[in-house]
Amino acid sequence: MTALLSLEYKGVKEIVGPLIFVEGVEDVGFDELVEVITPAGEERRGRVLDVGRGFAVVQVFEGTQGLSPSATRVRFLGKPLSVPVSTEMLGRVFDGLGRPIDGGPEPFTEDHRDVNGLPINPFARDYPEEFIQTGVSVIDGMNTLVRGQKLPIFSGSGLPHNLLAAQIARQATVPGKEEEFAVIFAAMGIKHDEAHFFRRAFEETGALKRTAIFLNLADDPPIERLVTPRVALTLAEYLAFDLDMHVLVILTDMTNYAEALREISAAKGEVPSRRGYPGYLYTDLATIYERAGRIRGKKGSITQMPVLTMPNDDITHPVPDLTGYITEGQLVFDRELFRKGIYPPLNPLPSLSRLMKDGIGEGRTRGDHADVSNQLYAAYARAQEVRMITAIVGEEGLTDVDRKYLEFADYFEYYFINQRPDENRTIEQTLSIAWDCLSILPETELTRVSEKYIKQYYRKGKAS
Amino acid sequence: MGRIIRVSGPVVQAEGMRESSMYEVVYVGYERLIGEIIKLEEDIATIQVYENTSGVKPGEPVEGTGMPLSVELGPGLIGSIFDGIQRPLSVIFEKAGPFVSRGIHIFALPRDKKWPFTPSRKAGEKIRGGEVLGYVEETPLVKHKILVPPTIRGTLREVAKEGEYRVEDLCAVVETPEGKTVELPFYHRWPIRAPRPYKERLPLSEPLLTGQRVIDTFFPVARGGCAAIPGGFGTGKTVTLHQLAAWSDADIVIYIGCGERGNEMTEVLISFPKLKDPRSGRPLMERTVLVANTSNMPVSAREASIYTGITMAEYFRDMGYDVALMADSTSRWAEALREISGRLEEMPAEEGFPPYLASRLGEFYERAGRVVTLSGEIGSVTIMGAVSPPGGDFTEPVTMHTKRFIRALWALDTALASMRHYPAINWLISYSDYIDVVENWWNERTGGLWKKYRVEAMKILQREEELKEIVRLVGPEALPEHEKLVLEVARMLREGFLRQNAYHPIDTYTPPEKQFYLLKGIVDFYYTAKRAMDRGVPFTKIKKLPVIFEIMRAKESIPNENLDQLKEFFDRALQEVQALEAGA
Repeated sequence: MTALLSLEYKGVKEIVGPLIFVEGVEDVGFDELVEVITPAGEERRGRVLDVGRGFAVVQVFEGTQGLSPSATRVRFLGKPLSVPVSTEMLGRVFDGLGRPIDGGPEPFTEDHRDVNGLPINPFARDYPEEFIQTGVSVIDGMNTLVRGQKLPIFSGSGLPHNLLAAQIARQATVPGKEEEFAVIFAAMGIKHDEAHFFRRAFEETGALKRTAIFLNLADDPPIERLVTPRVALTLAEYLAFDLDMHVLVILTDMTNYAEALREISAAKGEVPSRRGYPGYLYTDLATIYERAGRIRGKKGSITQMPVLTMPNDDITHPVPDLTGYITEGQLVFDRELFRKGIYPPLNPLPSLSRLMKDGIGEGRTRGDHADVSNQLYAAYARAQEVRMITAIVGEEGLTDVDRKYLEFADYFEYYFINQRPDENRTIEQTLSIAWDCLSILPETELTRVSEKYIKQYYRKGKAS
Repeated sequence: MGRIIRVSGPVVQAEGMRESSMYEVVYVGYERLIGEIIKLEEDIATIQVYENTSGVKPGEPVEGTGMPLSVELGPGLIGSIFDGIQRPLSVIFEKAGPFVSRGIHIFALPRDKKWPFTPSRKAGEKIRGGEVLGYVEETPLVKHKILVPPTIRGTLREVAKEGEYRVEDLCAVVETPEGKTVELPFYHRWPIRAPRPYKERLPLSEPLLTGQRVIDTFFPVARGGCAAIPGGFGTGKTVTLHQLAAWSDADIVIYIGCGERGNEMTEVLISFPKLKDPRSGRPLMERTVLVANTSNMPVSAREASIYTGITMAEYFRDMGYDVALMADSTSRWAEALREISGRLEEMPAEEGFPPYLASRLGEFYERAGRVVTLSGEIGSVTIMGAVSPPGGDFTEPVTMHTKRFIRALWALDTALASMRHYPAINWLISYSDYIDVVENWWNERTGGLWKKYRVEAMKILQREEELKEIVRLVGPEALPEHEKLVLEVARMLREGFLRQNAYHPIDTYTPPEKQFYLLKGIVDFYYTAKRAMDRGVPFTKIKKLPVIFEIMRAKESIPNENLDQLKEFFDRALQEVQALEAGA
C-alpha cells in the first residue's frame, strides 16, 4: 500500500544530533528511505528509525548541520535504501552511499537492490573449504583463509594493517584455479592518505579494474558510515550470487563504524550496554559479517576481511570482542613484534582461523599441514613461557630443551612470520620454512605431529 | 483486529487489542509477519515480531490467532533444521530460495509424508494424557511414540490400524469423562513457554557419557543435569558443543544455534549425516534435531529459539528417551532479551540486562531433569549451554547468573586455546557437582578404583600449577628431582589425556573404559617412576625413556576397542621404568 506520490512535509519538530523528528506524517513505513532538503536546497538522504501515529524519527546520513526546524523539507520515498548494482561498478570509485565520485557517469543498470539484504538461509549455505593462498606464511601456514570465510584483522593504531590488507588483495589466489578475485573495498572513516594508499596499491598492480571502491573518509559524515559496508556488500552479493564471481570484500575500519552506531544510539536516548555501545551492537555487526559465504548451487563466493583497530590495543574492547564472536577467526597484530621489525607483525597465538581445518590437508595443501600448524602453536606458546622465565632467572637456569625453544622462537619470528610486503610464498615454501623451525626442537617434543610426517620431513639440527 | 500505531525495529505497538491475551501469536501488517504479544496495557498491545519489520507502517492491521506461540510435535522432527519459531529451513529454501524472506507461513511437520504406524492400544481402553497410542519408525535410530496430548484423557473409541498415515490423519478418537469426543491426529501442539508435565522428578544417578575425556573423567554431567560452557571467542565453545552433540550417549540430540554463525549450522548439516553413532553405527543425523537462528536472523526469534528447542526436547523425554540439548549460545538469547527490554523502555539492571534475566535463566535450566513420564517411563533432558562472556570476563551477568543454575562448569581458557590445547577446558577452574552422583556408576566398572585415580590425577595437575609458579621465579633446573617428575607426568596428563583432537578418527571419541585405563596408566607411571627414583634412578634417565612419548600417543595410536592392547602396553611401559632400577 505505498503511496503513489511521495508526500513532502515542510518543517520538522526537533533536531537532535543526526536525528530529526518529523510530525504530522502519514503512511510512512519503518526503515523507509527519506530525502531531506536543506534550507539551502541541498538534498540529503536518511532512513526512518522509528515511526508512530503522526510522527517519524529520521536518521540523516549526511548529518544535520545547516538544517533548520522551519525551512527543512522532508520527502518519504516509500521504499528502503537501494543502490544500483552492475559489473560496470568494478574499476570505479564511489562515496559512502554508492554515488560515483571519480567523475564518471552513474553506472548504467536497471538493477537496484535493497542495501539491507536478506539473511542467507543456513540450510542454503555451502560449507567454505577452498584454500586461498595469500602468500603470507603466518596466514597460509597457521591461520588459513578459505573462500567464503570472514576473517578480520585486529590491529592497533600505527600498525601496518593497510599494507597487509593490500598485499592480500593483490596476492590472494586459489592454487590451480585461474579466476582472480573481484575486490570490493569499503572505507569507513579512514584518512585521505590511507584511501590514497589503497588506490595506488590497486592501480600499481593493475588490480584496480577488478576493484570497486566505496569511500567514507574521516571528514565525511559519520552516519553515512552505517550504510557504506551495506552498499559494498549489496554489490558483492550481486557479483557473487548473480554473476558467479569470487569476491573479496575489505571493510576498514569497523571501529569507526561502531562509533557511528554508538552516536545514533546515544542520540536516540537508548540504554547503553558496555562502554556506551548499544546492546544490539552484536546483532548489527552480524548483519554485516554474516553477508559472507557460499550458497549451494552457486559458483561465486564472498570472502570478507574486515579491518579494525583495537582502541589501546585492547582485544576485550566491545568492537573486537563482538567481532571475534561473529567472524570465523581473527588475525591479531602485535605491537611487540612490530617493534622488533617483523612484518607482518601478526601474533599467531591469539589468532585463529576457524575454517582452516577443512581447507587444508591432503589434496588441498599438504597432509602434514594440520599437524605442523598445531605443533608451531604449541611450540611458540611454550617458547613464550620460557622467555618469561628467562627474563627472571637468565638462560643458565634453563634446561637444554628450554634453550632449544628460545632458539626456535627467534628463528620462527625472523624466518617464518617475517617476510617482505611484496613477497608471495607458495604453501610449499611456507611449510618448508615451518619444518626448518620445528627441526630445531628435539624430535620427542613434536607430540602434535604424527610419526609418518616426522619421518618424512624432520631434519635433525638442520636449521641450527 | 487491531491497528499498528508504532514501529520501532522488531517491536510494534498496536491498538484495539483488548481481546488479546499475553503471549498470543498475532499476524502483523499486510504481509502477516509473525509476532507475539509481550505486553498489554488497556487496549494497546506491544508485540515482538519474529521477522524484519522494514516498510511496516502505522495503520496496518494486526490479527490475533487466539493461540500462544506453540510448536508441532509429531513424526518429522528428526533430521530437520528449524528456524527459531519452528519453520523448517529446508522448506523455506525450496519456497523462497537461498535467502530468508518474510511472511512465509509453513507447517513445521511435513503434511504429505506418510509414516508407517503400529498401534499399541485398543479401542475401549482408558487412556490418560501423555500415554502412548502406538509408534512410528521415524528413523532406524528413533522409534517415535505417538503421545496423547497431556491435557486429554478418557476412553479410546477408535485407534488407527497398522498402516501408513500422514500427520494430519486420524490416529485416535477419545471420549472424555465429560462426554465430549476428541479426534487426535498423529501430532499435537504445545506452547513453548510452558514446561510439559510429567509424573515425578527422579534423583540423578548416571553420567551422560560424552566420549570427551576431560568431561567424562574429570567434570562429568549427569543424565538430566545441567552444564554450562563459558568461554571467550576462539576458545572452542562451538567445536566442543559439536563434539558433545556428536558423541553424547543420548537417544535424541537437540542442537540450538542461537545467534551464532550460519556456517556452523551448515557444518553440522554436512558432517552429521556422515558421522556414525559409535553404538549403532548409524548416521548421527538420524537422532538429531537442529534449531537455527543465526546472528543475522531476526532477534526476537532468537529469544524464542531456546524455548522451541527445549519443548521438543521435553516431548522426546516424554517418550521415555534420554535427550541431550545443546544451546549455543545462551548469551545471545540473553542479549535478545536485553534488546527487546530496551525497546520496551524497561528499567535495566546490570549492564542493561533486564532484572528478570536470572529468573528466565533459572526457568530454562530447570526444564532439564530426569523424570517419570505421564506414561510411566523414565526419560531425561540434559542441558548444555554455551555462554559467551564479553571480553572473556566470567563475572559478567549472564555467566554469573548461569552458574547459579547449573552444577557442572566447563570453563574454557584463552591461554589453552592459543596453545591449541583443545578442548580448552581449564581443569583448575572447571568443576562438577555430579561426581558423587556418577561415582557408583564408574566404580562398578573399574573395580572401585575410578574415584581414587581421578583424585590422584587432579593432585598432580594441581601440584604442577604450584610448581610452575616456583619455576617462574627460580627456573626449571633449580627444582628438586621429584618435582621435575611431577612436571613431566603433568605434561603426560595434559598431552596424553586432557588434550583430545576432535578431528582425529580415533581420538575424537574415547569410550569410558579406555578413559579409565589411560588415566590409570599415567598415574601408575608416576608412582612407578617415583619409586624408581627413591631407589636411586636419576630423573634424567626416566625423562629419556622413549615410552613417555608412546604413552602420550596411546590415546590415538591404540584403537578404542582394543582394551587389552592398552593394558598390555601400560604393563610393558611400567616394566621399562622398573628395569631402570636394576641399573641403579
